[in-house]
Amino acid sequence: MPILEGEGVTKHFGGLAALSSVDFHVGQGEVVGLIGPNGAGKTTLFNLISGALAPKDGTIRFKGQNITGFKPYRICRMGVGRTFQSVRVFPNMPVLENVLLGLLFGRSNSMSSADAAKEATRLLEFVGLSAVKATPAKDLILANQKRLEVARALATKPELLLLDELMAGLNPTEVAEAMELVTRIREQGVTIFMIEHVMKAIMSACDRIMVLHHGEKIAEGTPQEIATSRTVVEVYLGE
Amino acid sequence: MRISGATSQKSVSLGLVLLILIVLSALPLYASMYAVILLTAILMYVVITVSWALFSGPTGYISLASAAFFGVGIYTSALLGRSLPLPAVIGIAGLASFMMALLVGAVTLRLRGMYFAVFTFGLVELIKRLLLWWEMTVTRTRGRFVIIVDNDTIYYAMLSICVVTLLTAYLVRRSKFGLALQSIGEDEEAAAHTGINVTALKIVTFSISAVFIGAVGAIIATRWTYIDPYIAFNALVSFMPVLMAIFGGMGQFYGPILGATVFAYLEEVLITRFPYHYMLLFGIILIVAISYLPNGLVGLVQKWREAGLAREHADT
Repeated sequence: MPILEGEGVTKHFGGLAALSSVDFHVGQGEVVGLIGPNGAGKTTLFNLISGALAPKDGTIRFKGQNITGFKPYRICRMGVGRTFQSVRVFPNMPVLENVLLGLLFGRSNSMSSADAAKEATRLLEFVGLSAVKATPAKDLILANQKRLEVARALATKPELLLLDELMAGLNPTEVAEAMELVTRIREQGVTIFMIEHVMKAIMSACDRIMVLHHGEKIAEGTPQEIATSRTVVEVYLGE
Repeated sequence: MRISGATSQKSVSLGLVLLILIVLSALPLYASMYAVILLTAILMYVVITVSWALFSGPTGYISLASAAFFGVGIYTSALLGRSLPLPAVIGIAGLASFMMALLVGAVTLRLRGMYFAVFTFGLVELIKRLLLWWEMTVTRTRGRFVIIVDNDTIYYAMLSICVVTLLTAYLVRRSKFGLALQSIGEDEEAAAHTGINVTALKIVTFSISAVFIGAVGAIIATRWTYIDPYIAFNALVSFMPVLMAIFGGMGQFYGPILGATVFAYLEEVLITRFPYHYMLLFGIILIVAISYLPNGLVGLVQKWREAGLAREHADT
């Protein structure tokens, strides 16, 4: 049974179909990539999964349970963590408190504050932010803000992590570091569903890739299949 | 060294709080009636301001509903003051405000920013008009008399409510919910995706803050003897806590307390010394304070402290 599956997921904004009847699934332990041109509906799909938006039609199941239209906090507490396309850390809070919130309100929300502080420190070490834990989040460089978002999402103890363009805006060194981070998260047993424009990253990190275009799924397969698919090349490069 | 410094600082502040509490508790024994009445007013503003800041401070949702909760307390006192003992009246007033805030919160806390402020302000006006209509067409009265209570009793009731309010605000601020309220102010959507039930947290906190405002409304009404919808639902009560909290500075817990105390005292002094020009003077002081003290009185205190520390280091 896939950890996440969607059937006929549809979302309209006004008269515009952002997503029309999309089927998808993510297996336990898999790393699945979601690609497509700007405006294809990738982030909308993430917003539907995480509960930021409710679909017009279709069902989304997480671990077999129907979560369609659930509030974000419930979906988070069931084990779905996410990051955002444009970074959304809590800017005036110290780095450590950003992560603490995930621990105190996520799936491990009965944790004592002493344990939470210890675990937050461990998570910051894991993403490489130990040195800046007392710094207000807004004072971090972009790459570190993105890592902080990942740490905050991991603090909610997700089984499925949605990464929305983790590598956008990063320089080549930072991209390599982010890819290494994704690998280490996967080794912890977390399933990953990621939107990415950095092709090198997505080709090497993913087991499977799904392509959206104008709100429809136009292709799905292994990185090799996608790289050689005629439809995908047409969509990206034009004919 | 630093740790022992922090602990000693903590015990000093605890001692200071206890000292203030003892001085305030004994006030009617040694001070004049005027001082007791003045302190009652100051305590009332402290309660309203701290309650307001409990919700609006961290979340950034500017509530202008304080006057509505205050008025509900006042009317509860007018309706039940004759038939029930004072503590029961105060309790019921708090509960009534809580219920109203729960209802209003459920409807309005979906609105963000300006819309929330405007709606809550509209609420005060709505209740006032409804009551006026009710009194004119149904009960055919205008206003009500409130049973009189002696000044010392009012003072002690106000002091007790104030202690409970400060304790609640302090505990909420220190708890994980205080941190969550702050995260709502910083980025509500991210907060929701971090497992925080933002809607429930906002509504409950808003309602808790209403309890204390309703309670002080009930007790202060007994000093006014006569009330009507205009007196009970005075829009000024909605703006006062906002001004006082900004004046004091919201960065620290003691900011709104300091702001309300200084502000209320200043108002009293200006009214008695310059009865004809006090509003003008008050306005000037406010403008100067807001332009030159962006972080309120708290910012000023911190500046002094830093200057003091620098001097200490220079000496050694």
